Amino acid sequence: MLHGYLPAILDGLQTSLKVAATSLAIACVFGLLGATAKLSGPPWMRRLVDAYTTVIRGVPELALMLIVFYGGQTLVNWAVQKMGGDYVEVPAFAAGVLTIGFVFGAYMTETFRGAILAIPVGQLEAASAVGMNRVQVLQRITLPQMIRHAIPGFTNNWLVMIKATALVSIIGLDDMMQRAGLAAAATREPLTFYLTVAGIYLAITTVSIVLLGWVERRYSVGVRRAPTGL
Amino acid sequence: MASPYVLNADNITKRFGSVEVLRGVSVAAKPGDVIALIGSSGSGKSTFLRCLNLLERPNAGQIQLKGESLALKPDRDGALSASDPAQLRKFRARIAMVFQHFNLWAHMSAEKNVMEPLTTVLGLTRGEATERAGHYLSKVGVSHRKDAYPAHLSGGEQQRVAIARALAMEPEVMLFDEPTSALDPELVGEVLRVMRAVAEEGRTMIVVTHEMSFAREVSSEVVFLSKGIVEERGPPQELLSRPRTERLQGFLANTLK
Repeated sequence: MLHGYLPAILDGLQTSLKVAATSLAIACVFGLLGATAKLSGPPWMRRLVDAYTTVIRGVPELALMLIVFYGGQTLVNWAVQKMGGDYVEVPAFAAGVLTIGFVFGAYMTETFRGAILAIPVGQLEAASAVGMNRVQVLQRITLPQMIRHAIPGFTNNWLVMIKATALVSIIGLDDMMQRAGLAAAATREPLTFYLTVAGIYLAITTVSIVLLGWVERRYSVGVRRAPTGL
Repeated sequence: MASPYVLNADNITKRFGSVEVLRGVSVAAKPGDVIALIGSSGSGKSTFLRCLNLLERPNAGQIQLKGESLALKPDRDGALSASDPAQLRKFRARIAMVFQHFNLWAHMSAEKNVMEPLTTVLGLTRGEATERAGHYLSKVGVSHRKDAYPAHLSGGEQQRVAIARALAMEPEVMLFDEPTSALDPELVGEVLRVMRAVAEEGRTMIVVTHEMSFAREVSSEVVFLSKGIVEERGPPQELLSRPRTERLQGFLANTLK
């Protein structure tokens, strides 16, 4: 099947999924830090995060990926040479996931910020008023409710992010897209291979939508929906 | 030296920008006192109540709980905040608050709302917390609704759960911030009945309210705030029947019509 290229493509799929999962974790860390800084950080920190979300969301991912990859490479080597070291190569995987994580962290920042703002202030006051500390308020009151408000935006970001992982092929990572490109060139059947990977991406995103829908329902316990048909 | 007061708030001052909302308000509650704070909207009574557990940061003043002073230090903006966050949290756990809009946690059932501070703040085990929650939920008459989420409870039920949440902390003082103002008129009675029962147990309460009959019949002292100062204070019968100041006379004439 697929002229014997199926194992290679499935191998690439594994890389793509690893890139996606690692990037998501990084993006969530950036997002949570960014949202917290924007909502309750000191003014200089808010401005810094404002600059981050404005710049990152305003530049194409492809351009950012190349800038971070080559720029990071240059920066690391400049620093290493200053310390008297030899030329180092930044691993493509690390460069890829850091870039994607950093970029989508900006989108997550805004998603999480909106989700936190959707929690009525009174509930946070009630938590402080019984003597909870900041960490307890975050863990017990803010996060569980934030998840419900964040899921729709989070789902969007995740879907766009999975697709953005296809960009890592340009910095030399052998993800699914790169494998498909090689196979397409070798067999001169581009449609076969690009349709195959398109199908696989669609399968991943469809499963994601179903799973995240389930998570949203789980975290919506106790929420009364507005009557439909209004 | 033992203080005769459970809660003693002295000379609380609060500014929002250039507006002086509180200009040195003092209230002291002895054990079992029920102090009703009355006044028109904007008089500062809710702000004063919120200063007592530092939900609002006063600009000046002192707060003592059973003779222990809450350590305060001025911030850059001139408002006071707790110098020791751990001390503030201990104070807050001993001063329970009931809010106008109930402020139940929407993602937790009624029972979990009552249990949450018991396990998280007081360190009770789940078993102990369940038992205590059951006790106080039945006390306020909503134990049959313990598995319901706040969105599925009526306003009166929500407020009674909120009172159970406050009672379960077994606090030394309870603060009520207009607890019936957000309720439909037919639900006010059930909440006032619960509050009256709580008062009759000898609990120390400070209540911001518009319910003059509650102030008259349940409280031991009425404090009338106007424009950020205590205009008049005294025993409810005397103060509400024979107001001395023109402001209180006007206020009562408007509320009792």
